[in-house]
Amino acid sequence: MSKKPVEKKEPETTGHEWDGIKEFNNPLPRWWVWVFYLTIIWGVWYTIAYPAWPMIKGATAGYLGYSTRAEVAAEIDRFSAMNSELEAQLASADLTALEPGSDLHNYAIQSGRATFATFCSQCHGSGAAGNVGYPNLLDNDWLWGGTIEDIQYTLRHGIRSEDDDDTRYSEMPAFGDDYLSDEEIAQVVHYVMSLSPVTQADADMALAADGETVFADNCTSCHMEDGTGDRSQGAPNLTDAIWLYGDSEEAITQIVATGPFGVMPAWSGKLTDSQINAVSAYVHQLGGGE
Amino acid sequence: MGILDKHVVLEKNATLLLVGSLLVVTVGGIVEIAPLFYLENTIEDVDGMRPYSPLELEGRNIYVREGCYVCHSQMIRPMRDEVERYGHYSLAAESQYDHPFQWGSKRTGPDLARVGGRYSDEWHVDHLKDPQSVVPESVMPKYAFLADRLIEPTYIQDLMKANQIVGVPYTDEQMENAEADWLAQADPDSDYDGLLARYPKAQVRNFDGAPGVSEMDALIAYMQMLGTLVDFSTFTPDASR
Repeated sequence: MSKKPVEKKEPETTGHEWDGIKEFNNPLPRWWVWVFYLTIIWGVWYTIAYPAWPMIKGATAGYLGYSTRAEVAAEIDRFSAMNSELEAQLASADLTALEPGSDLHNYAIQSGRATFATFCSQCHGSGAAGNVGYPNLLDNDWLWGGTIEDIQYTLRHGIRSEDDDDTRYSEMPAFGDDYLSDEEIAQVVHYVMSLSPVTQADADMALAADGETVFADNCTSCHMEDGTGDRSQGAPNLTDAIWLYGDSEEAITQIVATGPFGVMPAWSGKLTDSQINAVSAYVHQLGGGE
Repeated sequence: MGILDKHVVLEKNATLLLVGSLLVVTVGGIVEIAPLFYLENTIEDVDGMRPYSPLELEGRNIYVREGCYVCHSQMIRPMRDEVERYGHYSLAAESQYDHPFQWGSKRTGPDLARVGGRYSDEWHVDHLKDPQSVVPESVMPKYAFLADRLIEPTYIQDLMKANQIVGVPYTDEQMENAEADWLAQADPDSDYDGLLARYPKAQVRNFDGAPGVSEMDALIAYMQMLGTLVDFSTFTPDASR
């Protein structure tokens, strides 16, 4: 910065004068002027160092060779290199042989938790407790199987997922469309209610008695004669206390009449093998894994 | 008197100053904007990108009308954390048929550039009707009315025409079949081979699971398409961009 003059001198005027008022010609502080010149120099340097000037075919690349895409690729590589050994082990790991407490298992659970929060929590809830229509993953009631390999298969291929040919598939008919009369639906609904401990008290036993035949004729091929379901078809157990779509008479009637068609996307292709294995391990140890 | 003192001439003459400023802005504009129209590497050709199908375009209009872009961006920035959460960073080509683009400038909700296929149609219906029913901590408003508003493809051709005027290359065939394609995409029992030939990777479903075509159908058709057109297992990004 410039030193202040000891004696305050009257600055020069610009030479203009209006009605006796003169305009001082006060120059800007010298430090300010220098910073201004520096920004010009920096600007020139910047356009040389970084991609800037458009030419005929493309823009100048800049002598530092900077590229946003290269930078993000390097950043991703740097992070994946840190865990590359565990990632590689996890991608090809035999999940059933995963030793609880081992480094690999801990790594799988921790990274599985993060992946679950990003991709799965929207439906299954951030705590994996599910929602109406989206299964709770904390209990031991599994639609398609609860071994770690079953979970892995479900994650990979999804459930009724359009873009995977190996997806888990089954379709409950909409019994309200010409299959059963309203009366028969009411009967079978009350029969089903009589099976589960949480709905038993509300079941009309007279209706339920008639419903048993309707159930035997229409439902047993998937839900089995005793109503315990069939995992190979994703048919839920109707005798336990867990109701995916709600346990009210209204909700059950709705399901029987319209037929649920819950879809889970297939994640292979969207997630890496190691991510799928990590989520499998994470979900398996939440409480209900078999 | 050096050349630097000559600015007095400019500063004393308003017209001259105006002309001078205009000249500076013009040169700056030409240097910064014009090359984007001719440089090959600013317009990356990417396999898979196609103009939106009529129903997707309809859904996109609803997306714009409801102001979804106010809270949701559609641009995954080239940063590691974004790539990990949302998928491959967005390419310019992926919004080449967007008029106007939906990049957004703020994220109250998550980025939606690759939301397609991540959730089931049923989830989208549940979530649009009552976001808190599936994501309790969400601050998103409810859009249940979309399911009640049944729509017809009356103006779809006009909408496509408008897009054509601003540069979306809809073919004559696509224009002629606009209404039929619009109806076919929301009806899995329809004859949709033509639709799939004209719009590869278009998804045909009854998106909201209810009879008739509602605004919900169109919006979900649009969202389930987002980010699914380019196959990133075969796409290699050119590092120089």
